[in-house]
Amino acid sequence: MNDASSRPVTGHVPVLRLGDVLLVTLQGDLHDSTAQQLQQDLAETISRTGVRGVLIDISGVEIVDSFLGRVLAEIAAQAKLLAARTVVAGMRPAVAITLVELGLTLPGLSTALSTEAGMELLARQAPVTRPGGPRQERP
Amino acid sequence: MHTAAGVEACLPIRSDMDLVWVRQHVRQAAARLGFGLVDQTKLITAASELARNTLVHGGGGQMEATRVGGAGAQGLRLAFTDEGPGIADLDLALSDGYTSGGGLGMGLSGARRLVHDFDIDTRPGSGTTVRVTCWVGRPPRPREEA
Repeated sequence: MNDASSRPVTGHVPVLRLGDVLLVTLQGDLHDSTAQQLQQDLAETISRTGVRGVLIDISGVEIVDSFLGRVLAEIAAQAKLLAARTVVAGMRPAVAITLVELGLTLPGLSTALSTEAGMELLARQAPVTRPGGPRQERP
Repeated sequence: MHTAAGVEACLPIRSDMDLVWVRQHVRQAAARLGFGLVDQTKLITAASELARNTLVHGGGGQMEATRVGGAGAQGLRLAFTDEGPGIADLDLALSDGYTSGGGLGMGLSGARRLVHDFDIDTRPGSGTTVRVTCWVGRPPRPREEA
């Protein structure tokens, strides 16, 4: 629980594109408005780029309350509607214990223990071909 | 009752920025008192749920943090107060899945499960005060079957 990781985060969370996956790293204490902005940014970026996966690294997140839990679940749901899979990676054990006690088991969310495992999961489960969409770039 | 060692802090809850300060304050206070990592996480999460209720349902209010107990047991008590519309049906508001604000309906019932003592004082039209206490080193309270 050091100062760097509990610094409030406002504005936009960076969304990085790694090939066919959007990578988001959440860190510290997120504003409600920042989480909602991220939700919107991700929908737009998925639609624009046609990526097949979204990986959200929450290893730097100290608490997930019902608000952030709902945002994560909604990100996964909207990504699915936009033909992309979402994996939430790196949840701290204390966060998992707390979420279950809170009554939030987030059944629609795919998880992985690390970013690396999350990338593997997305690579394994991505469909081999998908007709149409902006990704069908040909030389 | 345990003797209170005085109110340590009183924080306004007027915006979602204030929710961040509430979480940070509770994190620091809990760490100072020697709460373990899991208990800290539970308490901060409960505080976040209750502060959001104060903001969203109560129209804003405040949180008072108080260190309680003596040599034997140390705890942190948080009181969330608003002057909003109050809660008409407390049993309903405390049931899992009930929501009046478009959330998941886990805020109040979930927060209650995360703390040792939970006490709510509300009347329609005259606001709501929720007091929660966590004790250092005490195991989680047994589950109540709904």
